[in-house]
Amino acid sequence: MRYGYLNKADFKKFVEGLIKKQKVVAPVKKENQFVFAQVEDASQVSLDYIPTILPPKKYFMPQHQKLGDFNMGEAKMSSTQVDVEPLILFGVRTCDIEGIECLDVALNDSPADPYFAKKKKSIIIIGYECMKPCDEYATCVAMDTHVPKAGYDIMLTDAGDKYIVHINSMAGDKLIGKSPLFGKTTAELEGKIKAELKALQEAKLKNFDNKLDAGYKELRRVFKDSYSSKFWQENVGKRCLSCGNCTAVCPTCYCFDIYDTVTLDVTKGTRNRVWDSCQLEEFAEVAGGESFREERSARQRHRYHRKFDYSVKKYNKFFCVGCGRCTRTCMAKISLIDTVNELTKEHKDAKK
Amino acid sequence: MQKNNSNDCTCNTSVDVEPVYSHRVGEIVKAKKMTENEKFFEIRLEDGNPLGHQPGQFAQFSILGIGEAPISISSSPTKEERNHFEICVRNTGAFTNALHKLDVGDKIGVRGPFGKGFPIEELKGNDLLFVAGGLGIVPLRSLINFVIDRRRDFGKVTVLLGCKAPKDRLFKEEVTRWEKMADIGYACTVDKADPDWKGNVGVITSLLPGADIDVNKTYAVVVGPPIMYKFVIAELVKKGLADNQIILSLERRMKCGLGKCGHCQINHLYVCKDGPTFKYSEIKGLEEAL
Repeated sequence: MRYGYLNKADFKKFVEGLIKKQKVVAPVKKENQFVFAQVEDASQVSLDYIPTILPPKKYFMPQHQKLGDFNMGEAKMSSTQVDVEPLILFGVRTCDIEGIECLDVALNDSPADPYFAKKKKSIIIIGYECMKPCDEYATCVAMDTHVPKAGYDIMLTDAGDKYIVHINSMAGDKLIGKSPLFGKTTAELEGKIKAELKALQEAKLKNFDNKLDAGYKELRRVFKDSYSSKFWQENVGKRCLSCGNCTAVCPTCYCFDIYDTVTLDVTKGTRNRVWDSCQLEEFAEVAGGESFREERSARQRHRYHRKFDYSVKKYNKFFCVGCGRCTRTCMAKISLIDTVNELTKEHKDAKK
Repeated sequence: MQKNNSNDCTCNTSVDVEPVYSHRVGEIVKAKKMTENEKFFEIRLEDGNPLGHQPGQFAQFSILGIGEAPISISSSPTKEERNHFEICVRNTGAFTNALHKLDVGDKIGVRGPFGKGFPIEELKGNDLLFVAGGLGIVPLRSLINFVIDRRRDFGKVTVLLGCKAPKDRLFKEEVTRWEKMADIGYACTVDKADPDWKGNVGVITSLLPGADIDVNKTYAVVVGPPIMYKFVIAELVKKGLADNQIILSLERRMKCGLGKCGHCQINHLYVCKDGPTFKYSEIKGLEEAL
């Protein structure tokens, strides 16, 4: 089966079937926000959610990753291992799926990161397509991440009293392809479902606004020009508190530091890597104390350019997926939409 | 890779990964304090294989429990005894302080080499003007000795050195040998003299007007602190060198060396992969570079 229907009445059975097979991680309500967490019961799953506090990158590249063990006083580190746990990541939005794809491109760039690759292989992704915008901060339509394209094993799309199920990989087929919940499918029925899905995706567009003033192709030109904009210093740089929240919650940020920890009796230790942030002052410092992005404005500019410019040069891909997390989490209320639109305005004015 | 979709096991397993962060073990076979702040080490790799570096490359050095740091290789691959190489390190932070405490017989982790070395093939057949300020002599020494060992492959060779004070001079005996070589032009200056100093006094740019170079066939290879680059490059351009005839090496604190961790990034470039050696034309105009 490639396309099928899942009746909403069977949703509980469907999720519980998954839970019986493997550990399932899904969006779960936490106070007035949402997080990806393990679910043991279908009722815990909240499909109607604004993007979770942290994106699912935590399952692909955990905040802390052990690189090896050692005994103090020795120069040899143990060969390295990574814990992998077969996991079903359930209810992932298309923006977050694109985020995982971005990480995949960057971390697999030669020499590939073996930790990410092993983790990714053990995770099955079941996506859930949004039919309306989550809130005013998301720019998924502008970043073209509002419809499923690739990067998932199974996708669910809300079609009234049922979900359209699209199986996109062998792993997805192995997991649910033979499930009695889907009834018998024929080529003709699948064709009909596909057409219905297409109509739904076209119809849903009227619910979404493109909140960025630059079109997808124009964005690239905006950021070619924006490097020397005064906006970085006069606006973003003055407001940024340099806390690093924006990079921690970004689905495509993967920078890290490497550090050693030693047991209290100083006999053993581990070498680890940990998420780091280009927004912190010491990030681009060298021995002796010189910093190459000393100003907050330069660090914010670096972050934006990593999303809209450098990644395009390097991987021909925007590394902003439009999830809106950086804006939602910013203590100084720096808005990605306002920043990009201001730079777009400058770009357009300069062309006049 | 173990993957389990069966009903009875959702187990957590550990699998081996390619050891990209593991290092080789080196033993310090020679250690010598060169100045108050700089120490020289000769390291022998225990596995018997060479480091396999090119002049201009760096490696990540590791003291378990303290951490890792990127350090330029100072010896030429033409010089090294099969599995020996040399570094020279300034004591400037937690890692280098711990490194300075090591002595002959101590072990150290070595991961690498990493990065792009100096473009030797392109330099062949041309005149070379080496300009080193302060610690810049450390990575440049690798290339200078390479050129000396393959002398006939290159044209006229000039070495210009600068440092803060006479007491800060590195590799003094070796530099004296270079000075005496008939086929090497040499000049040295210090920012501030002491009573015994009989040589030039002034910043390194003061040596450049006196350097006689043929701009049609000269590459300048410049290594030093960021402030030095700005002035030396301006002077070299004034002499008529094109931007792609000026080669530099940039210092950054790489954490991975694999083009991932982001610490060494200059705009779209990763110094650990795209550098650390660059033609000036590659980084000209990049505000975060110098």
